[in-house]
Amino acid sequence: MTWLTLILGAALLAPLLPLGNHDDSVAGLTQPVFAAPGGLGAAHPLGTNNYGLDVLARAVYGARTSVVIALLAVLIGTAVGGLVGLVSGFVRGTTDRVVGILANALLAVPPLILLIALGTVLDPSVRSIAFALSLLTIPSMVRLARANTITVAQREYVLAARALGAGRVRLMLREVLPNVVLPVLSLSVVMISVLVVAEASLSFLGIGIEQPQPTWGNMIAEGQGGVMQEHPYIVVVPGICLFLTVFSFNLLGEKAQKRWDPRSAKL
Amino acid sequence: MLELAAVLFLVSIGVFLLLSLVPGDPAVAVLGEGRTPQEYAAMRHELGLDQPLLARYGDWLGGVLHGDLGTSLVPPQTGVLERIGSALPVSLELAVLGLVLALLIALPLAMWSAYHQGGRADRAISAATFGLLSMPSFLIGIVLIALLVDGLGLFARNEWVRIGDSIGGNLHHAFLPALTIALMEAAMFTRILRGDLVTTLHEDFILAARARGMSPLRIMLSDALRPSSFSLVTVLGLSIGRLVGSTVIVEYLFALPGMGKLVIDAANQGNYPVVQGAVLVIALVYVASNALIDRSYGLLDPRTRRAHA
Amino acid sequence: MSTPLLEVTDLRTVFHTPRGDVHAVDGVSFSLAPGESLGLVGESGSGKSVLGRTVMGLIGSGATTTVSGSVLLGGRSVHDLRPAERRRLWGPEVAMVFQDPMTSLNPVKRVGTHLTETLRRHLRCSRADAVERGIDLLRQVGIPEPARRMRQYPHELSGGMRQRVVIATALACDPRLLIADEPTTALDVTVQKQILDLLASLVAERTMAMVLVSHDLGAVAGRTDRVQVMYAGRTVESGPTRPVFAAPDHPYTDALLASIPRLGNPPHTLLRTIEGNPPDMGRPPEGCRFAPRCGFASARCAEEQPVAAVVPGGREVACHHPILEVSRGR
Repeated sequence: MTWLTLILGAALLAPLLPLGNHDDSVAGLTQPVFAAPGGLGAAHPLGTNNYGLDVLARAVYGARTSVVIALLAVLIGTAVGGLVGLVSGFVRGTTDRVVGILANALLAVPPLILLIALGTVLDPSVRSIAFALSLLTIPSMVRLARANTITVAQREYVLAARALGAGRVRLMLREVLPNVVLPVLSLSVVMISVLVVAEASLSFLGIGIEQPQPTWGNMIAEGQGGVMQEHPYIVVVPGICLFLTVFSFNLLGEKAQKRWDPRSAKL
Repeated sequence: MLELAAVLFLVSIGVFLLLSLVPGDPAVAVLGEGRTPQEYAAMRHELGLDQPLLARYGDWLGGVLHGDLGTSLVPPQTGVLERIGSALPVSLELAVLGLVLALLIALPLAMWSAYHQGGRADRAISAATFGLLSMPSFLIGIVLIALLVDGLGLFARNEWVRIGDSIGGNLHHAFLPALTIALMEAAMFTRILRGDLVTTLHEDFILAARARGMSPLRIMLSDALRPSSFSLVTVLGLSIGRLVGSTVIVEYLFALPGMGKLVIDAANQGNYPVVQGAVLVIALVYVASNALIDRSYGLLDPRTRRAHA
Repeated sequence: MSTPLLEVTDLRTVFHTPRGDVHAVDGVSFSLAPGESLGLVGESGSGKSVLGRTVMGLIGSGATTTVSGSVLLGGRSVHDLRPAERRRLWGPEVAMVFQDPMTSLNPVKRVGTHLTETLRRHLRCSRADAVERGIDLLRQVGIPEPARRMRQYPHELSGGMRQRVVIATALACDPRLLIADEPTTALDVTVQKQILDLLASLVAERTMAMVLVSHDLGAVAGRTDRVQVMYAGRTVESGPTRPVFAAPDHPYTDALLASIPRLGNPPHTLLRTIEGNPPDMGRPPEGCRFAPRCGFASARCAEEQPVAAVVPGGREVACHHPILEVSRGR
């Protein structure tokens, strides 16, 4: 929890912090290459990479990219997926069947492969990566929202409201939505960590955000080809950041699911 | 089966459309830069890119149905199918090996953990698996390389040996990548299976088996395991998607000539026929294995078997 | 009388729960001669099932449970045996029939497997032998077409048939003691009597001892030699079945009997119920545990725990105001 606050805080305040150079490789030319971590107070507390860029600064800016992408994607995915699931679970019929087939088709392509395919098409910017990642979350969001909607819509109070003459839209928004929101939200917390990993994987593979803009994934990729053996911190720093972030979101997600969606908490 | 076909059909449309929107000119990808506009136009004609979209899709799908996935744009300009044919076995081997390893790790751990529920071993296993689940597979791979290869010098990292050439050499090289894939899945499996085992162990028929004098190990293996594996099998289905993902990453990390490497390289080069073909094949394998898993419920639970019959 | 087959002395089972210690069995003693049958009767939550399992050794001391007192089975202390030795008792010495045949048979195992694995475990016989004996056992418990049933799964059998399978499994190794834990509670009323009669006849022809745990007095009456009435983890009354039910000494037994509908009653007879609920076993009342619900309770009952007193006729009763005394005054 502390870690999440720290990371989010650092990511938000990154431009204000007195950090070294994170992406200007021209300016990096004047700095030592592969400087060892110097500890607090040194010019480069966590060392520099092969372009002379400050690792600490890159880790912080990397957090910014990773977290922004993941949050953006989850936001899109939850909104779109949740809404589509709600409507298709409520309306049923043909709409429901079409949505089901589309969701299954999206699920039929393994997530990372879908991302790679999308990566071929889209330019590697924060916005398009977030869009691609949101496509991953939509099918499972649709499924969850739909399943919950169907159960809730059969409850007596919904029937009672319908008997009182409430319109469809009103029913959906006032009676069903509040009951669907919590499980969907708890899934979205879990999704954040999945997406942080996905983004890191993409960048690690060189398909996501491109150098010199830092993300934890491409920072770890810098360790490829023997670099890691000589300068372990190049990999260790972003690796630990990534691990702790995902770990914290997982913990948070598990708690959220236990609280809001006891049925699926088992997974 | 019909639904499967429908889903695959949709996937083919999606894949095709998506990659037809590739920015940049495929003709440039083939010929390289610095040719005349006429030459590019000729190449576009040769590739059929001047045809309307629907006709191109029809052509492509027709080819696919006849087992022709087109040719690679980038040299060597071999058939896409050929490329896939040489890459797929590597990936399949990795994935299967990874899965088997994962189960080999997860089954005893889950049983041990569930038997000593709440004990120290249980808590340690729970913490370790939770930690592993927070590690992206490439991070696991890097840690394993650092520990086993650089630290202990256990495995050499060199060229992939095809299984046809030498089974021992092949396994020697496949082990570390497969372990990387396995660890994360194993963590997931252990958690799921432990949860279900704990529930099953509270069942009356377990008490009844104890009252008949069966040994704990026998009860675990013959009474508890099978009824507890339903969620595991469901998760197995879900995990195949993740498995494909980690296989791709691990291939990249260990520089293995599998589907993952094929797709990534092709994606980086804008070599769209290869990406199209590979994605389609992967989707096919994926959908088929999920269908297989649905079938396997019957093997585990005689009650559902009757229901299907 | 010969040496007892089973001798239970001051047995206590305490569960340590987050809410505090629960004394599920609180100082129970009884003994059983070979071939004798005992009915263990009480409301749900009176500790009779836990007693049965503790006697067998299925519940033992551990991180969350403490068992004290002694259980001697054929002269051997069940709770002092090593686990492997204890498992060797389960089957040939003592076996158990469980309450719910829906849940006490493994849904993914064939009926035959339940029988043969038990036989092979204890008798070390060949698979073919085990199958043959299994078929024979199914026949003995009155299952038609036993050979075909062996290959079926539990869900393909009716509740009564399943309970017969459970009984056959328990009898597989010819135990000297059978503990039947509410063997008919989960069954249809029409099947209950069949199962109980089956148990009674099996006990009679094998000179097997039986502990029949039940909340149903009717199940115990006429099928057991002796009866022991439990309330809140303690024995309130024990003795030969017929006299105890004919003229109960303890107010609780009396109340329990009065709450059963009888055919002999004139129409519209009001059934008596026992007011209130059994005590919270986490914090049982001091003194007599039945006192808060007892019509005869005095100030003494609330403070002082009654000790079991021997009454003529081989009976014991733990009450400050047993009915024999009261009725004399009436």
